[in-house]
Amino acid sequence: MADGSLAGKVAHDHGSLATTMVTARTCRRPARSRMVARAERYATTFLIYFLLLAGAVIILTPLAWMISTSLKPKDMVFAYPPQWLPSPPRWQNYPEALSTEPFGRFFLNTTFITVLNVIGSLLSCSLVGFSFARLRWRGRDLMFIIMLSTMMLPYTVTLIPQYVIFRLFHWVDTFYPLWVPGFFGTPFLIFLVRQFFRTISPELDDAARIDGCGVLGLYWRILLPLSKPVMAACAIFTFNWTWNDFLGPLIYINSKEKFTLSIGITVFRSAAHGTDWHYLMAASLVMVTPVVVLFFFAQKYFIQGIVFTGVKG
Amino acid sequence: MGLAVGGVRSKLASSRRRTRSHVARHEELMGWVLASPWILGFILWTAGPMLATIGLAFTSWDLLRPVTFVGLDNFATMFLHDPKFWTSLRVTTIYSVVSVPAQIALGLFVAILLNARISGLQWLRTVYYLPAVISGVAVSLLWLWVFSADWGILNYLIGALFGIRGPAWLSDEHWALWALIIMSLWGIGGSMVVYLGGLQGVPTELYEAAEVDGAGRWRKFWSIMIPMISPVIFFQLITGIINALQTFTQGYIMTSGGPNDATLFYVLYLYRSAFRYFRMGYASALAWVIFVYILLLTLLVFRSSSAWVYYAGER
Repeated sequence: MADGSLAGKVAHDHGSLATTMVTARTCRRPARSRMVARAERYATTFLIYFLLLAGAVIILTPLAWMISTSLKPKDMVFAYPPQWLPSPPRWQNYPEALSTEPFGRFFLNTTFITVLNVIGSLLSCSLVGFSFARLRWRGRDLMFIIMLSTMMLPYTVTLIPQYVIFRLFHWVDTFYPLWVPGFFGTPFLIFLVRQFFRTISPELDDAARIDGCGVLGLYWRILLPLSKPVMAACAIFTFNWTWNDFLGPLIYINSKEKFTLSIGITVFRSAAHGTDWHYLMAASLVMVTPVVVLFFFAQKYFIQGIVFTGVKG
Repeated sequence: MGLAVGGVRSKLASSRRRTRSHVARHEELMGWVLASPWILGFILWTAGPMLATIGLAFTSWDLLRPVTFVGLDNFATMFLHDPKFWTSLRVTTIYSVVSVPAQIALGLFVAILLNARISGLQWLRTVYYLPAVISGVAVSLLWLWVFSADWGILNYLIGALFGIRGPAWLSDEHWALWALIIMSLWGIGGSMVVYLGGLQGVPTELYEAAEVDGAGRWRKFWSIMIPMISPVIFFQLITGIINALQTFTQGYIMTSGGPNDATLFYVLYLYRSAFRYFRMGYASALAWVIFVYILLLTLLVFRSSSAWVYYAGER
């Protein structure tokens, strides 16, 4: 169907296009079809909003319940039918939840580990991804396959040997196992960066080389400035994973003053008097806030597209 | 301008023969140097543990008593005498075959909508990313509540809208896996971010050129957008397969593999073998079997990629 209409349009336009410019064609378009086009555009916008808002409702429903639970007294948590607006809202759940443990300390620990991981991951993943995507070296494809294969072995099973290695380094109960590996690249993100770099036209490389750009110059002056969307994605992913990482701190951290938020929050699940869902939800909501805020502000880098026209010369 | 480029080109051509080997050697060296962070990290803390588990796969070890070599016994038990191995493999495969394509299609669809030029995008994108941010215990509890047979919101809505009683979801062995698949679609925010990055990378010139040629919306989608972001789709497919086949948390926290092993994911079974039954040797053997399974599937996708993945920068 699409093919047919396309062929028709092309055939129709052919005579007029032979000598005139494209702009001339649009000017000559009759007023009625312009109105149809505008109506179509409004309809599309409406449809997009409708679909997106419907999806947003589905996504927000469980979250709304999370907020609602965080404001309930303990005995109201499982009331049925679901009570959406607790009356009165129990705001003191928040200060109460946050004062049960030194959450300020946990917050600082988590921030420290997360910031180092984001820096390490941006540096290492972009460099390694660049090498895999843009440079020709013997063994490159083999190395790439090996890197992918490290993602395929379940993490559960390498857990114990890995612990043994970090114990050899005397790194148990320190922050080192939680951030040093971040500076050596994450296969998932390296793969992501490589895929992204490969969508950028190689003609840019040639042009840069003619202008006397070295390999590092190519990376720093040509590819990185074009890669803000993928770098933003890397930063957000790393931030999110590290901030929420549960298994890592659980295994490597023993002393309480080194706990992260994800570990600290488990106190509300104590078996002694059942899970304090209202506190757990309040603390969880506070914990995810930084990631949400970061995403909200980092996404402007997704919006600014890659402007290829600027490099035409 | 054209003349200048031509001049440079001819100058390059004359000096190319002399400098090519030098340039290539420099690039070779830089390739290794720039990839070295990952290579070093791999040698330091990944290669060792991987090799150790290969060795352990041929042993019997309960973490306490010394390791004993048992040859291929672990693999023989797995393939011939262990129905749970086959159950977990089936559960995991069904989950992956359904959830991975569904996530790719839905993620791309949402990303395209969120790439439109409309106001309020920043808020909508944040909303769609929210599920990816909230992880762990809190999310699992949320979904236990959504799917609960008697006081869950989903059955409450089904009852209110259609006047019928919804299934028991997580406690019904025919529905439990599907409930977890639905839940996996809730978290497409992460892949949406990747798609958005890819969509932003498509030069607008291409769309404009196609419009000039009279291409409609559908044609632009199939002939420009899909080929241009095919490297991103390829990435999602590979990482999707790898992650789905290693699904663990949902089965562990929400259903404990039940009811009647309906959600006994492979890695959950592996985890139990290792840390509940303390059969480290057997668990290592299980790990290498899923490794080979994932590797074969990945290679298959890689093989197919030359037919459908388009790289602007083929090198």
